[in-house]
Amino acid sequence: MTDMDQFKRTYFEECGELLGDVESTLSEMRDAGATADGLNAVFRGVHTIKGGGGAFGFEDLVTFAHGYETLLDMLRDGRVDCTTEIVDLLLRANDIVAGLVGAAESGESLGEDYGADIKSKIEAAISGDAPSDAAASQVDVPQNASSADDGGIKTYIVEFIPNLDLLQNASEPLLLIRQLGSLGEIVSEVIADKVPSLDELNPEEVFLTWRFILKSDCSEEEIREVFEFVEDDCVLKISVDSEVVPEAAEDSEPEAVESTPAADVEPKVAQVKTAPPAGQAPTKAPAVSSMRVDLDKVDRMVNMVGELVITQAMIQEQLRNSTVEMSAELERGLEDLTHHTRELQESVMAIRAQPVKSVFARMPRLVRELSETLEKEVKIVTSGEDTEVDKTVVEQLGDPLMHMIRNSVDHGIEMPDDREAAGKPREGTVHLSAEHRSGRIVISIQDDGAGINRERVLGKAREKGLIGKNDVLSDEEIDNLIFHPGFSTAQTVSNVSGRGVGMDVVKQNIRNMGGRINIDNEPGQGTKFSLSLPLTLAVLDGMVIGVGEEIYILPLTNIIETLRPVEKDVNALVGCFDVLSIRGEYVPILYVRDVFGIKNAKQDITKSLVVLVETEDSKKIGLVVDEMLGQSQVVIKSLEANYQAIHGVSGATILGSGRVALILDVIGLSDLIGSQSDQKNLEKLVVTKSKSNDDIVAEDRTQVV
Amino acid sequence: MESVAEKVESGSSDDGEIHDSETLQFITFRVGEEEYGVDIMSVLEIKGWSETTRLPNSPEYMKGVINLRGVIVPIFDLRLRFSMGDTEVTKTHVVVIVSIEGRDVGILVDAVSDILTIYEHDIRPIPDVDESSRSEFLKGLVTVNERMVSLLDIEKLFHVGELENIEGIE
Repeated sequence: MTDMDQFKRTYFEECGELLGDVESTLSEMRDAGATADGLNAVFRGVHTIKGGGGAFGFEDLVTFAHGYETLLDMLRDGRVDCTTEIVDLLLRANDIVAGLVGAAESGESLGEDYGADIKSKIEAAISGDAPSDAAASQVDVPQNASSADDGGIKTYIVEFIPNLDLLQNASEPLLLIRQLGSLGEIVSEVIADKVPSLDELNPEEVFLTWRFILKSDCSEEEIREVFEFVEDDCVLKISVDSEVVPEAAEDSEPEAVESTPAADVEPKVAQVKTAPPAGQAPTKAPAVSSMRVDLDKVDRMVNMVGELVITQAMIQEQLRNSTVEMSAELERGLEDLTHHTRELQESVMAIRAQPVKSVFARMPRLVRELSETLEKEVKIVTSGEDTEVDKTVVEQLGDPLMHMIRNSVDHGIEMPDDREAAGKPREGTVHLSAEHRSGRIVISIQDDGAGINRERVLGKAREKGLIGKNDVLSDEEIDNLIFHPGFSTAQTVSNVSGRGVGMDVVKQNIRNMGGRINIDNEPGQGTKFSLSLPLTLAVLDGMVIGVGEEIYILPLTNIIETLRPVEKDVNALVGCFDVLSIRGEYVPILYVRDVFGIKNAKQDITKSLVVLVETEDSKKIGLVVDEMLGQSQVVIKSLEANYQAIHGVSGATILGSGRVALILDVIGLSDLIGSQSDQKNLEKLVVTKSKSNDDIVAEDRTQVV
Repeated sequence: MESVAEKVESGSSDDGEIHDSETLQFITFRVGEEEYGVDIMSVLEIKGWSETTRLPNSPEYMKGVINLRGVIVPIFDLRLRFSMGDTEVTKTHVVVIVSIEGRDVGILVDAVSDILTIYEHDIRPIPDVDESSRSEFLKGLVTVNERMVSLLDIEKLFHVGELENIEGIE
């Protein structure tokens, strides 16, 4: 990879972040009104994107961003009023910038007129009010001179000594000078004694330094703020001069520096030859609150900590099993080690944890685009975007969420007129929220649309042969049909959704992450999808279970309860599988020893344990195992990296003994039951027995968990 | 039959071709009475047998997985792979860890014998008539000290497609 590619990659990464920040700032402004800070933040973001874009020669991006930036600048100055329409326009403009950045990254062309309508709206907004863009850019540096005769006016001497590489960081001295000029009356001097001869001159480096005499009532802080962005790229000296030092070169044209630095500046060199004393008055370094680290490095650390956890468990186990008596010191040391390892692991996982904001921030744009295409009025409200979850989860969350939002806007929210007729506000709302709940992250997507039309879903399912003609399904079962592969209820197939891919893929994605998805459907009122996901895909809290000589890990989140069955509760269903009656419910049971072909396992079910586990759709199955060995946090390892996926096994881990144990995949296992018999029979089986039997049955059971 | 290995060591040649030919190195190991070789470049390490964790519903020659410094590595029994019966594993058995197309897998063998340096042109093709399906997993045959060494084509033996087909085999 060349340096240039490296820079580009960093630039695009940065753009992604900036766009997200701008987006959320604008969204806030849309709801709470514009603030100077907000506008400044947006301006800075757009400016940085434009600057980088210019450095890499992304013409379209720069042209568009320039207009956008001009409008923002005028908003900051109050030359254009910041109305809701304008904020909406800014949001749309931001989408276009995002599109252009995306196009620049992938190298594809979006066509000449991409964003042209927005661009013309921006131009209209600019020219509609105060001075035109052209006029604005011609504003002279000492423009505000007239208003400078107030009391409290101080004379500042500002020395601006840029580092050689200032331009490479996409900072433009002219803009800074102009901004400085807006603070008061300014006289600028250019010190060009460091400019080398033409053949030595590198046009990408800055050899000029500036000295300004600024008469203004502003504070030193405000001057520093002007140079905020270049703080690290220059030396800035500000002093207050009591006596006025006038007459120096005016009308300097630093803007020419970029192209032909030497030529234009030459005449003034003689006049001001005050070489700045070097190495003095360093600018205050900004407090470092975050740093960028290569993800590979973090991953390596996560892996190593995983190994450490295993090694620690191993040492502990070895010592416990050894005949050597442990001294108190050793015991304490071991305890400390356990404690520290756990803490280390948590902190490392915390490094990888990210707020879901990065994913959530992409959704408003999607909703805007969708509602425009579909001619609906939809707003999106997000909450809990600071909820943190492991980076791997965040990464894999994007696609499913996008599908679901698309689904909500397309299928959930009705047309504005229909909504009005139904007594709802014309504008539909999609509420996207995230929260931590019992060691998992729960993300819900709630719309106030029409809800799932069960009649239509049922009809469609019959028509497509997904269910039998005379099958009777519960409401919940009907709702869940939308996750069926090849199912789509859209009356017309739009290009937004309704191609029959989507919800089943969503379910698959969520499943692969060890998550569950739930639908809460209230016809006429809306639909709520809840995703429950593990906080990390790297570690898992599991129950260690034994079957024969094998040891397996069962994810704790799947387990409902464990019980020792009595003989009369276990019934064979001819030709299918055994069922266990639990509090009036018949639950299919699966003998782990049989499906995994384990020898030496207990054959007598009354001596075995049944672990009742729950799959998604709240289906329950009982797993018959020999014993429970305890609870443990395990590091998840992939089987697929060197081998292949195994049905009923989601991964592997390494036990304290150094041996490998497989992690059971409850959903995969429940499919194994399904394959043994007709799936539909299974669903019918979960019949509720009469309540009177309950108490008798419950008494016979020893509850372990 | 002449010994190729001796020829290489002495550097003598009664065959002009040798100078144009590249030398190759193989690690050879024993499975029962037979000797096999794998390209030394694909061998990551050789380690003693350690207890594996069996994977359910896998072919018999798939011995299970082991923990190799935190990485889960599957172990294949070469004897079973070639239908020569089950290996009664003891502590003296050896696992050769090889890297195939980015995957690390272990091959269970009886013992590692030698490092073999041969010329490419000394590799003899597999005779057309071969009663076992083994031949398709072999690159060729060489003769060393009057013993025949079969050179394994591990890419084919544990090809990704092969791994994927395992479910069909059971």
